[in-house]
Amino acid sequence: MAKAAGYDVAVIGAGVVGCAIARRFAIDGASVVILERGHDVLDGASKANSAILHTGFDAPPGSLELDCIRAGHAEYLEIRERLNLPLDRCGALVLAWTEEQTAALPALMDQARRNGIADIDPLTAGELRRLEPGLAASVQGGFRVADESLIDPWSAAHAYLYQAIAHGADLRCRAEVAGGRRLADHWQLDTTAGPCAAGLVVNAAGLWGDHVARLLTGESFFEIRPRKGQFIVYDKPAAALTRHILLPVPGKRTKGVVVCRTIYGNLLVGPTAEEQESRDEAGLVPETLETLRRTGRKILPGLAECEITAAYAGLRPASEEKSYRIRADLSEGLITVGGIRSTGLSAALGIATHVARLAGRQAARPVHWLRMPVLDQFGARDWRAPGNDGIVCHCELVTRREIEAALSAPAPAHSLAGLKRRTRVTMGRCQGFYCTAELARITKGRLSQPMSRPADRRGGNGDAG
Amino acid sequence: MQADVAIIGAGPAGLAAAAELARRGAGRIVVLEREAEPGGIPRHCGHSPYGMREFRRIMGGAAYAARLAAAANRAGAEIRCRTTVTAIRPGPELELSSPDGIARLSAGAVLLATGTRESSRVQRMIGGQKPGGILTTGALQGLVHLNHQIPFRRPVILGSELVSFSALLTCRTGGIRPVMMVEPGPHLRSRRLAALLPGLLGVKLRLNTGIAAIHGDGQVTGVTLERDGRGWHLDADGVLLTGEFRSEATLLAAAGIARDAGTTGPVIDAFGRIGMDGYFAAGNLLRPVETAGACWAEGRRAARAIAAHLSGRLPDAEQGVPLTVESNAIRYALPQMLMPEGPGRHDRIQIRFAHPSYGVLELVQDEAVLVSRHVSARPDQRIMLPLPERMGSDPVRLRFRART
Ligand SMILES: Cc1cc2nc3c(=O)[nH]c(=O)nc-3n(C[C@H](O)[C@H](O)[C@H](O)COP(=O)(O)OP(=O)(O)OC[C@H]3O[C@@H](n4cnc5c(N)ncnc54)[C@H](O)[C@@H]3O)c2cc1C
Ligand SMILES: Cc1cc2nc3c(=O)[nH]c(=O)nc-3n(C[C@H](O)[C@H](O)[C@H](O)COP(=O)(O)OP(=O)(O)OC[C@H]3O[C@@H](n4cnc5c(N)ncnc54)[C@H](O)[C@@H]3O)c2cc1C
Repeated sequence: MAKAAGYDVAVIGAGVVGCAIARRFAIDGASVVILERGHDVLDGASKANSAILHTGFDAPPGSLELDCIRAGHAEYLEIRERLNLPLDRCGALVLAWTEEQTAALPALMDQARRNGIADIDPLTAGELRRLEPGLAASVQGGFRVADESLIDPWSAAHAYLYQAIAHGADLRCRAEVAGGRRLADHWQLDTTAGPCAAGLVVNAAGLWGDHVARLLTGESFFEIRPRKGQFIVYDKPAAALTRHILLPVPGKRTKGVVVCRTIYGNLLVGPTAEEQESRDEAGLVPETLETLRRTGRKILPGLAECEITAAYAGLRPASEEKSYRIRADLSEGLITVGGIRSTGLSAALGIATHVARLAGRQAARPVHWLRMPVLDQFGARDWRAPGNDGIVCHCELVTRREIEAALSAPAPAHSLAGLKRRTRVTMGRCQGFYCTAELARITKGRLSQPMSRPADRRGGNGDAG
Repeated sequence: MQADVAIIGAGPAGLAAAAELARRGAGRIVVLEREAEPGGIPRHCGHSPYGMREFRRIMGGAAYAARLAAAANRAGAEIRCRTTVTAIRPGPELELSSPDGIARLSAGAVLLATGTRESSRVQRMIGGQKPGGILTTGALQGLVHLNHQIPFRRPVILGSELVSFSALLTCRTGGIRPVMMVEPGPHLRSRRLAALLPGLLGVKLRLNTGIAAIHGDGQVTGVTLERDGRGWHLDADGVLLTGEFRSEATLLAAAGIARDAGTTGPVIDAFGRIGMDGYFAAGNLLRPVETAGACWAEGRRAARAIAAHLSGRLPDAEQGVPLTVESNAIRYALPQMLMPEGPGRHDRIQIRFAHPSYGVLELVQDEAVLVSRHVSARPDQRIMLPLPERMGSDPVRLRFRART
């Protein structure tokens, strides 16, 4: 819905943060365009995370990050039912395995309370093992944070995006911002999909945030230092081993390795925290995955009997400082949202409200709600319903009707990766052994990155093959 | 819905069992198949050879699958496609999902014949990125034979099992020219492959070589190969993962039924019974991976056992004698529980070795050697050992003494 002089707002980057910001401005009545360089949305930092809706119990007291997490968490709870988004309020257990960690517990509980988290229950080793009988006997003590929850990281971000679109926002994929000029009262952006004009630019380019800042203004007040996190995923039976999210006492540098279920019914062990140069390559390292496997077994010995179905890695858009790097320069028509490191999924809605406030806008119009498809394991999945048109992905029980819906969504899937995030196809234990051919048939001519192409016609004999 | 026998999976094992049960007049026989067509794996294997044991002629996979389905239909079994069994429960009772939503089916007996799949990239612990163009043979064959499409042109092939050979033929059909075939072990895993090597369509083969990492963003651009700790880069636009089969045992895992780490399939007794009343298993679900003919024969055998079960003629499970494997050289031995004679009994123990082995196999009970046999076995060879004529009630141990 571009106005003659262009859009009110251009959001650069369709990660979870950019999607939430676009939603906020669109609901507030602004004309919004989202510029994304990928074939599909959520292909940067937002493609891989632990999917925990944090409470902020361990965030730095008094920080903007804490405010955004608290506000984001609250708004998620407020809107999720109208968007049909799942929530598993399973709670987290912070576990101490050594004397040193045990000694650190009181300060952590104190910080949690100061951060405004009410339900903090200290627990002895015996109490912990009564709550979670699968825990290793060597656990020494810990505490429970009741409101730490599991969500569907992709459905949430897609919902924000679809809602923005329902409020008139435009999404342009394969539109990499390559430069821009500030003219009298608006920006003229150059993208690989053509020029684009907007009054206000919000830089939410995640792992490329500093790069985009430099493209626009010649400098950046922060430096992105990508930090990789690798995970292993266990097959569904493993999810019976714990109900809570199992967190370690955080080390000096990182939150440490988490063991938790996913909303889809699997069990995760990860992430690692590895500094690296590359902003695109989130490579898997077998030795690291092996270490994760051992770590997981030390926490939940029952994992020794469980099968691994997948592994993945994500990059946190960390910066040289721990804090969020959000800055508004309204005279230049620019808001930069950088360094949303490891809590962006939880904080996205809160960040969006903060950014809208910085821009001096507030909600004015009635809101359009829409219902997201159900992907959580225990929800009313489509395979249970009549008219589903049959199961295509047998491991994750994804129906043809769900795939068709994702291919014709407000922002339809453009790549297999995008289709996976919208439906979970091929993400299960067989990783495509059974359903690849069927999926290729359904998606033929409908993805900008096709799964296959016509076979060459070989000359000569028709062969035995 | 009700059936006398419900069969899960319309592959060679399930269809053979269905035809045999129907012929024996075992009542209403329903085969539940999640794909749109019956036939199982052979349906998308365009290549020969199938059918020697069953039909005494060599046929392509699709024709073979159609013939098995026709035989089951003719005998009076019902085949319901696009029907996935989503849970197995005591009863026996099944939960099904079809285009019409969920439903339940109770049956006098259930045969699980859900087959196998190849290991994925993570199960093989291959590092690197996750671009498009990483496929198993099963996925490639579906694309090439069913869709006439290809996902890559110059892939690296990992593995040298029999199925790897089948993968090569499929590549040829699709006009795909593999850059290299690599096998992490010191030997080819299939002797048939070795015999055919000279003619392997000009594909280079490297032993002792594995794939350490996969590179590429949208599509595979190359791999890091590794040999003796030394790595090097090879350009390729795809990775074809062949073999390393594992049982499609999802339903068992969810129902908490005991599985064997060696076979990855269910623990069975000599009648194919698994640890839930009224449930039987046959075919490649039991252990990856035998030929279609072997699975077909197992399906027929299971049909005889099920028919006997329905008329109360099977020996009690309590009479079982556990078989324990006492050698690391042996990858698995099946069935895991030996039984006295009865209809449809596995009369021989199936054994696979982990490495090429030469020596003496023995079945021992209370230090008495019941059966003894000299073997010279490769991992791609199935060794069959007859069940002892007579045995007591103590566990029977399977021993292997290597000779040099
Ligand atoms: C291992 C790991 C675990 C995590 N666990 C959790 C968790 O449990 N809970 C939680 O709340 N958070 C978690 N996070 C953090 C969360 O995932 C991130 O904070 C969040 O995804 C950041 O989103 P973003 O939108 O800022 O960045 P991104 O998702 O990277 O989005 C930026 C987008 O901008 C696009 N872009 C870049 N340059 C340009 C350009 N020039 N033109 C156009 N588009 C461009 C990119 O393609 C990308 O799509 C985790 C992160 C990681 C890596
Ligand atoms: C690539 C490849 C090439 C091969 N080439 C040869 C060859 O040349 N010659 C040869 O003899 N053998 C060959 N084999 C082996 C042969 O195909 C198998 O041995 C045979 O198909 C096994 O039969 P089965 O009935 O046990 O299982 P499958 O054929 O695997 O059938 C299992 C069936 O169960 C269905 N199923 C699974 N779970 C469910 C569920 N929950 N609900 C409903 N249905 C379900 C599946 O859809 C499938 O149709 C090959 C195998 C592969 C993978």
